[in-house]
Amino acid sequence: MKRSVTLRGETFHFADLRELMARANEPKAGDRLAGIAANSERERVAAKMALAEVPLSGFLDEPLLEDDVTGLIVDSLDREEFEKLRSLTVGELRELVLSSNFAAEWQRGVRDALTPEIVAATARIMSARDLISAAAPLRSVTRCRNTMGERGVLGVRIQPNHPTDDIAGVVLSALDGLMFGCGDAVIGVNPAGDAIENVVALEHALQDLIGAVGAPAQSCVLAHFTTQLAALERGAPVDLLFQSIGGTEATNVGFGVTLQGLAEGREAVLASHATRDGFIGDNVMYFETGQGTALSVDGHGGIDQLTCEARAYGVARAFDPFLVNSVVGFIGPEYLADATEIIRAGLEDHFMGKLLGLPMGIDICYTNHVEANQDTTDQLLVLLATAGCNFVMGVPGSDDVMLNYQSTSYHDAAGVRELVGARPAPEFAAWLEQTGIFADGQLAEGSANGPESLQAFAESVKELGR
Amino acid sequence: MSADLPDTLRGAVDVGGDVSNVTPARLLIGRTGTAYRTSTQLQLRADHAFAKDALNATFSLDESPMKELVKRFDLFEVTSEAASREEYLARPDKGRRLEAGVAETLRENCLSGVDLQVVIGDGLSPLAVSSQVPSLLGPLLDHAATRGWSVGRPFVVRNCRVGVMNDIGEALDAQNVVLLIGERPGLATAESLSAYLAHRPRTGDTDAQRNLVSNIHPAGVAAEDAVWRILGLVDAFVIQGRSGFMVKESARPTSLSEASGR
Repeated sequence: MKRSVTLRGETFHFADLRELMARANEPKAGDRLAGIAANSERERVAAKMALAEVPLSGFLDEPLLEDDVTGLIVDSLDREEFEKLRSLTVGELRELVLSSNFAAEWQRGVRDALTPEIVAATARIMSARDLISAAAPLRSVTRCRNTMGERGVLGVRIQPNHPTDDIAGVVLSALDGLMFGCGDAVIGVNPAGDAIENVVALEHALQDLIGAVGAPAQSCVLAHFTTQLAALERGAPVDLLFQSIGGTEATNVGFGVTLQGLAEGREAVLASHATRDGFIGDNVMYFETGQGTALSVDGHGGIDQLTCEARAYGVARAFDPFLVNSVVGFIGPEYLADATEIIRAGLEDHFMGKLLGLPMGIDICYTNHVEANQDTTDQLLVLLATAGCNFVMGVPGSDDVMLNYQSTSYHDAAGVRELVGARPAPEFAAWLEQTGIFADGQLAEGSANGPESLQAFAESVKELGR
Repeated sequence: MSADLPDTLRGAVDVGGDVSNVTPARLLIGRTGTAYRTSTQLQLRADHAFAKDALNATFSLDESPMKELVKRFDLFEVTSEAASREEYLARPDKGRRLEAGVAETLRENCLSGVDLQVVIGDGLSPLAVSSQVPSLLGPLLDHAATRGWSVGRPFVVRNCRVGVMNDIGEALDAQNVVLLIGERPGLATAESLSAYLAHRPRTGDTDAQRNLVSNIHPAGVAAEDAVWRILGLVDAFVIQGRSGFMVKESARPTSLSEASGR
């Protein structure tokens, strides 16, 4: 493998694939914090040039880390498909991915021949438009109580968080989201408290709401997966099993997660679904990730944050998830410093997830200690909608009053659907028409417009129930 | 009018225009097209401006309300390895370590091996500390003493990250450490405090070995409820001999209406 590049008389050496990958990455605060980033823009470009010449076989010959995540990635690779690609270089793969008829080849089997490391390498020699144009044709369709991910569908998670998990507050927030046409991806609340009784109460409240309005939607309470499983054992309705995951074994240990535990949890939820009505598919997992998480728990093992993120998708892929999203600006400026880094990371994560075959959504967000603002989320939202992102978040007024950060709002989600001509999931779209929230595929004039709209919606639901 | 609706919907409709009774979230705020009303748009900008300012707020142990705590609990302060707010934001690793020599300072000024050591960290919102800690610290230490626990001398860590609990555990060998730390400022409130709890924290411990009571502020978890939840978790640590994700809280957080009724 080529370890050095000379650029206008200056020669750059790279010790190994791990160093080459890190140096080739676009600027990220987390890589600087870890001390592995390129030392100059010249070195960054030199690393990209060297990386573009690495054959795909090089990534199997030189694992970046020995752990159970690497084991999972290697085991799940389609060897037969990989043999057809092994001599391609990263640079040639970029061109293949961007070629006109790639989606068909990808669908046929190429997606199973790509490892997270290969995908992460390719992303770092792509421009922002490359990342958007390459992702757009790749569709990952999943089913739970509705169908997510078809071409032209942009799903929305309702995120009705509350600082004390007050049921009335959570339900009212979710209803507000439904009136904007949000909630097809999931009505998913992050609990303020991880007590089992608390999770049980929230699971029942969300399920009661879904039952009362008759929406073909799934609920989720985003507690630690062991808490959700304890709630399930107590009879709580668990539609989707959520967990935050990382791309190294050490990161997952930091999250209290094992691959075996996730597999057993998935089986338990599938078994419970078999005893309940309304499920049209067996995608039952919901994973969240984000660049920088591995470093934040000191579990990165010297690997750059883009590669760690891709490896997290490798974990997710093994469990046939319904939803995966990268919470792209959540953990602070030490990992993604500003608007430029957040936007780049959002486009990279979406592309990498899609290329690996995941139902990829993005929580487009920022915290108040990052150099970003609502214009940043507006910009990334429009970019990702054109990239065919599976789903985004809907947070009332963009202000998460429990997690203390800003994401995309119910308004934003409804607005970007109109802007790019995207629809909700088909089953959910039909329900929106029935209840009068939508009229002819658009948000109806009387919907989502204050307390009177809520009264009208409730009456409409009551009529439908008759 | 809403009497014959399902319970779930009736409750929501009855709340009607009085959203703030049940949540600080921005609900039923109207729209123009799919955009915010102008008042919403400008209010969001104002709240963001205040949240940015809260990051760089500060408190002094020589001034109210902290000086009263100094008088009553003999509070003193130390710092992490992060020397400035800028370094604190860019280098979380430094915020997780006590400055050189501080371990010795702690051993000279605090009892080792106590049942409960309370630590106060500025975190991302010093404003949260000066707003919430004065009503929390007294009841917490009083109730701990009532339980018969030995209680250490509390102190403040400046430029503090949660991981500093490990160094404190190493320095003082406390059975249980509770860190009261300012959360990152949000739009609805910039004064939210978290309590991180760990049983015998040591170098290398992560969040998997810690428990959390978050959202401690007047519109969230009331100070009194936070005290009971912290004590309940420490009880569980003592019984189970561990802390972290395997230790689950036994009660759900109190709702807003319940909290305000006390």
